[in-house]
Amino acid sequence: MSTRRLAADRLQPDSFAFSPENAEWVKTQIAKFPEGRQASAVIPLLWRAQEQEGWVTRAAIEETARILDMPTIRVLEVATFYFMFQLEPTGSNAHIQVCGTTPCMLCGAESLVAVCERLIGPAHTVSADGTLSWEEVECLGACANAPMAQIDSWVKGGFHSDYYEDMDEEGFARIVEAFRAGEYPKPGSQKGRFASEPLGNQTALTDDHTESHNAAVATAIAEGASA
Amino acid sequence: MSFDFLTDENRIFTNLYGQKDRSLKGVKARGHWDGTADILGKGRDWIVQEMKDSGLRGRGGAGFPTGLKWSFMPKESDGRPHYLVVNADESEPGTCKDREIMRHDPHTLIEGCLIASFAMGAHAAYIYIRGEYVREREALQRAIDEAYEDGLIGKNACGSGFDFDCYLSHGAGAYICGEETALIESLEGKKGMPRLKPPFPANVGLYGCPSTVNNVESIAVVPTILRRGAEWFAGFGRERNAGTKVFAISGHVNNPCVVEEAMSIPFRDLIDRHCGGFRGGYENMKAVIPGGSSVPCLTNAQAKDVLMDFDALSELKSGLGTAAVIVMDESTDIIKAIWRLSKFYKHESCGQCTPCREGTGWMMRVMDRLVEGNAAVEEIDMLLEVTKQVEGHTICALGDAAAWPIQGLIRNFRGEIEERIKALDTGRVTAAVAAE
Repeated sequence: MSTRRLAADRLQPDSFAFSPENAEWVKTQIAKFPEGRQASAVIPLLWRAQEQEGWVTRAAIEETARILDMPTIRVLEVATFYFMFQLEPTGSNAHIQVCGTTPCMLCGAESLVAVCERLIGPAHTVSADGTLSWEEVECLGACANAPMAQIDSWVKGGFHSDYYEDMDEEGFARIVEAFRAGEYPKPGSQKGRFASEPLGNQTALTDDHTESHNAAVATAIAEGASA
Repeated sequence: MSFDFLTDENRIFTNLYGQKDRSLKGVKARGHWDGTADILGKGRDWIVQEMKDSGLRGRGGAGFPTGLKWSFMPKESDGRPHYLVVNADESEPGTCKDREIMRHDPHTLIEGCLIASFAMGAHAAYIYIRGEYVREREALQRAIDEAYEDGLIGKNACGSGFDFDCYLSHGAGAYICGEETALIESLEGKKGMPRLKPPFPANVGLYGCPSTVNNVESIAVVPTILRRGAEWFAGFGRERNAGTKVFAISGHVNNPCVVEEAMSIPFRDLIDRHCGGFRGGYENMKAVIPGGSSVPCLTNAQAKDVLMDFDALSELKSGLGTAAVIVMDESTDIIKAIWRLSKFYKHESCGQCTPCREGTGWMMRVMDRLVEGNAAVEEIDMLLEVTKQVEGHTICALGDAAAWPIQGLIRNFRGEIEERIKALDTGRVTAAVAAE
């Protein structure tokens, strides 16, 4: 386990409010759970707050507690327990999460970490130009497409969260620089695989191929990723 | 005797890679959602019995018989609602199979949720997907919405007269939430700390109500098993190891991939057929982790002739786990590969039980030094002893999962650890002599 604390007071904004669209969305999340069990929506709400602000602020925790009628300490516990909640500001364009666990390590994850150190700086620190931040994370569950990274981005007028898979050092460096420039590169396999089928010689489900991208890539393209 | 490879006609996941038409029309054309109301019409007892007869063992790692698990749910409600909870918190290093089901064949899961819920008297299912699977969550939610719009779920699902709601929620990055009671805690809006059992979820689960937690793949195979019959499913794999299984192969094979195959497939057939063979040939293979990070690794000699099923792998003191096969060639620093898993477990321990909270950090720090060779040979046995003090002494299996990879390393690669320690020692001696 790790000790995770909220960002220093000087970094904390005074207030937080969900945008009007997000406030509507919040109601749909609470409605998924039985009456009186609205606390079940705490993770989705904090995540939406992070999508909106780039990180989870103290004010967002307090507002979430108010909306869900929970003691603030319970929401604070959740925010500090789950690793995807960023408790410090992240890069304005993208926060890059390189998977470092064994299957990715075997396939070269350490070279991706080196790219981040070279192009962005130390982990958990926003780059000098303010656009990027990164960290090494534990297994992201795309091991047959290793090495890979999840990139949360705020480009093309919205929030996106995509897996960039089958990467090499040079290709990853180009992706990092593209995000720095406010672009939204195409996610998925960087080696030309459709999804997780064997490269080159597909051995199953070989007929009736009509879709042009896998489900994850298709969604990203609909959100403005380059095709 | 050559192995009878699974053919597309017998694959349950007809669109695992998402290349075929993903619309509901395409899904139905491939045979899903066919006669679902008739299946429900056969009644709860028939469904549970058929699942027992199919021999399906849970696909989330533990391999507990699915039909038997369902039969633990109360037959009649005592006033509390029943819930099906689907564990879509796929986080075991090496495992990436449920991801493909959820983003590319999500209707198999939703139809399975309806049938499984009906069989357990549950009118609602909650699918808890790991937070990182954002695109998978979106794809699954789209499919749920489609199913509602088409009347497949919701009031009078499929025209069966049975009301059923399917809700999708998610985590935010905590491996421990793949443990069923931690998942329930998380779904209730708390930290994902496992509960002491008993009471078991079938009696006191989500919101204190009878609940069953099943893995995504376990539920997603249900409709096809019931449509084609328990005998059909039981026809694949050896006895007690029935069915088809989605394997995920990562690491040093020529073509890593996710693929559905028959259970009990010989290891080399799996690699040769679907992964283009082993990188540099099998003589270049060093170790295999056959079932996700928690199971002990196998040596070349053990792995090359093994059958990929529950029993064959447990005979080798390893396990099929989630069928996430991580293979390593001779260039691999096996000590470092296992050290990285120790780092993973240290990071993911929830901190509730002292042996795990303290032990995972302790084991990782010794492993840090073993990677360098900066240790005494006696410390290998000390480390082994510590793994045994963690194993079996915690509320959940994370402590065991942290102990087993290290035990496998020491059992199978002790010589290599000792050599590294000696090499550093010799280096020290040489340096000392040189200094004189």
